[in-house]
Amino acid sequence: MNNPIPVKIVVAGGFAVGKTTFVSAISDIEPLTTEAAMTKVSEGIDDFGDAKTKKSTTVAMDFGRVGLSDELVLYLFGTPGQDRFHFMWDELVRGAIGACVLIDTGRIDQCFPAIDYMENAGVPFIVAINAFDGMLRHHPEDVREALDLPRHIPVVVTDARHRAAVRDTLVALVRHAMTMAHAT
Amino acid sequence: MTDSEPDVLSGLRVRPYMVTGGRTRSVVELPLETIVRVTPEGQKAAGTLNLEPRQIVELCHQPMSIAEVSAHLRLHLQVAKVLVGDLVHSGHVATHSATADATDRPDLQLLERVLDGLQSL
Repeated sequence: MNNPIPVKIVVAGGFAVGKTTFVSAISDIEPLTTEAAMTKVSEGIDDFGDAKTKKSTTVAMDFGRVGLSDELVLYLFGTPGQDRFHFMWDELVRGAIGACVLIDTGRIDQCFPAIDYMENAGVPFIVAINAFDGMLRHHPEDVREALDLPRHIPVVVTDARHRAAVRDTLVALVRHAMTMAHAT
Repeated sequence: MTDSEPDVLSGLRVRPYMVTGGRTRSVVELPLETIVRVTPEGQKAAGTLNLEPRQIVELCHQPMSIAEVSAHLRLHLQVAKVLVGDLVHSGHVATHSATADATDRPDLQLLERVLDGLQSL
């Protein structure tokens, strides 16, 4: 057996928006958790040798894997949406196909940091509204307007509990990434 | 069994970078989705390795990502990278990623394959 080629997609979004549910709906394995730690040096102090100025931040990421063929494996990384976890995003988006930014229309502001980040980093992304209670409170075009998203960024409706809905969301992202790749 | 043993075995109670000798950077650049697989040299040498490198070599009889290695062995991601980097350097494991330059986005051909794969799920 050859080594499979790994590809990855980032699943970003605010607290409790359904990132892990989304990953587990399609993953071949129970989602796993990895922890990454970063030591931050307090602002205004540049003496890296002084332990007292350092603060450690740990972020836990849930992820899953989806075998796409014998030669291709897709990893889905769910990542917390807050600004303070940006240090992880730099690594996560490097070489990624793109990102699905999951939103809950009840708490739309939670996705602002993720969208700002993906736009600035030039990462292909789509916005996926998680209608997890079966109710869509806002029309996708209203969400686009509220987020001030450019026309070319897809806004889709998904249900993080259902494999088919999650697959369709990932398909929408890959298609968008292909369009972006054509454009450059 | 000694009094100090539970501390050594409880994973997160140990300073995370102790097992790397304090190093926080891998000798090679390894994205977290990099696939790791044991080499024939690694299989032969497994018994001579320290605990964590040995566990990695044993785990990676099945090819898996560094993120999975980290999760299964409950090692911080960066620690897993340093240890895998050492094992690459010593020839005990081989790694595999999507692009020669890990910072590149997947090309159209690869995206087509991903699309086909997803649509056949």
